[in-house]
Amino acid sequence: MDLNTIWFLLIAILFIGYFFLEGFDFGVGILMPFVSEDDTDRRVVINSIGPYWDGNEVWLITAGGAMFAAFPHWYATLFSGFYLPLLLILLALILRAVGFEFRGKLAAKGWRRTADNFIFWGSLLPSVLWGVAFANIVRGVPIGADMYYTGGFFNLLNPYALLGGLVSLLIFTLHGAVFLSLRTTGSIRDRAHKIASRIWLPSLVVMIVFAGLGYVQTDLHAQLGIVPGTMPLLAACSYIAIAVFLKMRLDGWAFASTSLTIVFGAAVIFTGMFPRVMLSSTDPAYHLTIYNASSSPLTLRIMLFVALIFVPIVLGYQGWSYYVFRKRLTRESIPSH
Amino acid sequence: MDPLLLARWQFGITTVYHFIFVPITLGLSVLVAIMQTFYYKTGNETYKRMTLFWGKLFVILFTLGVVTGIVQEFQFGMNWSGYSRFVGDIFGIPLAIEALTAFFIESTFIGLWLFGWNKLSKGLHLMCIWLVAFASNLSAVWILIANSWMQVPVGYVLRNDRAELADFIAILLNERAMAQIPHTIIAGFVTGGFFVLGLSAWNLLHKHRPEEFRRSFRIALVFTAIASLAAATTGHKQAQDTVKLQPMKLAAMEGLWETESPAGMSLFAIHDRENMTSRRELRIPYVLSILAHNNLTAEVTGMRELQAEFEERHGPGDYIPPVTVVYWSFRAMIGLGTVFILFSIWGMINWWRERIDNNRLYLRIALVMLFMPFIANTSGWIVAEMGRQPWVVYGLLLTEDGVSPIVSATSVWISMISFTIVYGLLAAAGFYLVHRFARPQRPGDPPADESSDDLSGAHAY
Ligand code: HDD
Ligand code: HEM
Ligand code: HEM
Repeated sequence: MDLNTIWFLLIAILFIGYFFLEGFDFGVGILMPFVSEDDTDRRVVINSIGPYWDGNEVWLITAGGAMFAAFPHWYATLFSGFYLPLLLILLALILRAVGFEFRGKLAAKGWRRTADNFIFWGSLLPSVLWGVAFANIVRGVPIGADMYYTGGFFNLLNPYALLGGLVSLLIFTLHGAVFLSLRTTGSIRDRAHKIASRIWLPSLVVMIVFAGLGYVQTDLHAQLGIVPGTMPLLAACSYIAIAVFLKMRLDGWAFASTSLTIVFGAAVIFTGMFPRVMLSSTDPAYHLTIYNASSSPLTLRIMLFVALIFVPIVLGYQGWSYYVFRKRLTRESIPSH
Repeated sequence: MDPLLLARWQFGITTVYHFIFVPITLGLSVLVAIMQTFYYKTGNETYKRMTLFWGKLFVILFTLGVVTGIVQEFQFGMNWSGYSRFVGDIFGIPLAIEALTAFFIESTFIGLWLFGWNKLSKGLHLMCIWLVAFASNLSAVWILIANSWMQVPVGYVLRNDRAELADFIAILLNERAMAQIPHTIIAGFVTGGFFVLGLSAWNLLHKHRPEEFRRSFRIALVFTAIASLAAATTGHKQAQDTVKLQPMKLAAMEGLWETESPAGMSLFAIHDRENMTSRRELRIPYVLSILAHNNLTAEVTGMRELQAEFEERHGPGDYIPPVTVVYWSFRAMIGLGTVFILFSIWGMINWWRERIDNNRLYLRIALVMLFMPFIANTSGWIVAEMGRQPWVVYGLLLTEDGVSPIVSATSVWISMISFTIVYGLLAAAGFYLVHRFARPQRPGDPPADESSDDLSGAHAY
């Protein structure tokens, strides 16, 4: 494997890690209005991701930084091209984070309702937009010889991409519901479980349509073959496992299954792209690839060295923090007010 | 308006805004860690209350630093994609390392600290806040290595139409970074110090929880006094480097049009950029030579000569930065820096004469001083960044070549307006919360803190 491939893999891992981790806290944010009956419930819900959401978000920041360092042209083309969707994502992430941190600081109803809105919309918008963005990347967007995006905002809103947005929205919501039923007790847990069981089937339908459309709209089949390879199969199996474990009320296993679905599903997208990082619908000659978009070998080597040292350390202490807060949250643990 | 100008405004607005909260984080995280260390060592509950009080304010401001930072990470690609393509090979490295080494620690351990009061042992919990403080300052180190490289590019080769990495160590040990890192971090300590000093003073004025705030005041005073002195010495060092590394910037900082030896320091001037001269100038002879070179008669090169040199090397163009802004920002920073030193010495004298509580004038001024480091920080950055114009990477890439060619003015308008509005609202909310929690309570006031659990509960939200 050459350095460029390794770096493609590392960035894929960072994005996949991001979708897996922030996926559940987006889902929790989206579900907060639906699983809570009163303010105490809402606080339980928020506290379930309280110690984690910031650490989860740093996966995105690291993915962005690593992309900048390893594939500067990818970074430049993607973010200047997908300007307005990215802007929306950033604004949503800002308001969401402030919603979490500021909500509990005052008791006034209006204040808390505003924070709740920030949390809900701030979780929902990025959930959709990340799907839209990545569906566009694999589908291909107009990119010229100078590596710049030549389309407009509305090019990004094609049916395939929008369906991709719906898929990511549904899967993150499901992931969040399962996470909540793993982390809480009593009525919140029951409601979350019920929601998870209810959206499983509709999500499956949407995903099948999306996968089918993928055969027409993208060159994924050329990459993966008509008979899907192991990745899509694993994604499908873990998706089915979710239903089984939900039925058996094995929350931990169900969570492992939604996690694997996201991991394998996102892996399908990245294998589909490889060795390209952005597809040009104008002319295949203009694809950005891991070779023409990359940094110099020296930069890649140094960064690899850094990543090999620090990624395991990060995994270590993030894992520890999940371990420290492993107990389920109860309504009783929330002080009155 | 043309997209270049808009993009510059947007970068200026968002970065300056980010840098309102960053220095608070740099300084206050350390102060909170110090207070908690006192608690750990003595078991005294006053220190615990102090840790909780300042910790709560810290978290509010920290959050605003984090959310504005996310924008920073992506806006190079959004508005400055030409720049990103040109520098990514080098500039991306510190950015990625920053996220990997600093942001992960910061974000994980702030969560552990907030939620871990009853779950972790006292020692581990103390370690969490120290790690947050350490990682915040580490993140400053990396981002400043990145910034230093734009100021003084080293360790690169020009290849494939871009700057490619040639020597990683040279970038880490960039002379510019060696001066900029300490100065900026110390400026953060000054900011955090005055924050605690000012709010403690306010509470002492109203005799609200005097025991707690007297201690906070003293800790902050020592901290601020040391930091203010260090800010001036490291700043002086940085100016001397700038003479060498970016002579045009230094000449603009001093409004020096003609090469002079000995050079005088200008105290006041009206600049006439057209004719490359200044009117009504007030100068002290010799001082600039001493400041720049530690030598009474050393030569300091002026902008006229430098402009000619740049034209010779890079072709015709205007290589002179916006002199008036740079000149006055520099004066604002050093003026305030001097005031900070004097003010902390005055505070020390009061302490020594045991007059902290009853020198009401001092306490009142301290409350106002709280806001001054922000002005000093912003001025400092304006000197650094606008003094670098018209280059975005000094001597290598013009700012106008760094901007995204495909992003329309409309898009930049949309993003600039929405960031400005959102940031404005956040500032209002943040200010309101800090004001509410920090203001002195009088008997009969409703509790400031409606969130009931005082952070030390198992749940912070
Ligand atoms: C509380 C904040 C604060 C205070 C009191 C000072 N500074 Fe400062 N200064 C900064 C905050 C700052 C900063 C915001 O942190 C800057 C911007 C870029 C940088 O490296 O640090 C800066 C930059 C900066 C530069 C760099 C300009 C450049 O070449 O790019 C110089 C020469 C000085 N300072 C000099 C001084 C001197 C002589 C001071 C004497 C009192 C001083 N500063 C006090
Ligand atoms: C490592 C940190 C920083 C980097 C990499 C950086 C980079 C840049 C870039 C790319 C630009 C746009 C080009 C230009 O107009 O010059 C810029 C402009 C600017 N930056 Fe920075 N900057 C950093 C830190 C800061 C900070 C902390 C501040 C202020 C608090 C700041 C203030 C500004 C301002 C005011 C401009 C506009 C300058 C102008 O329009 O002439 N920068 N900087
Ligand atoms: C213009 C370049 C900059 C970029 C790309 C940038 C990026 C970021 C990002 C992504 C975060 C959020 C981290 C999180 O989620 O935990 C952040 C926060 C932070 N940044 Fe920046 N930043 C810039 C300028 C600076 C400068 C000049 C400094 C210091 C000298 C600095 C110091 C910090 C610190 C200490 C934090 C922690 C949060 C806080 O301060 O409240 N940043 N920055």
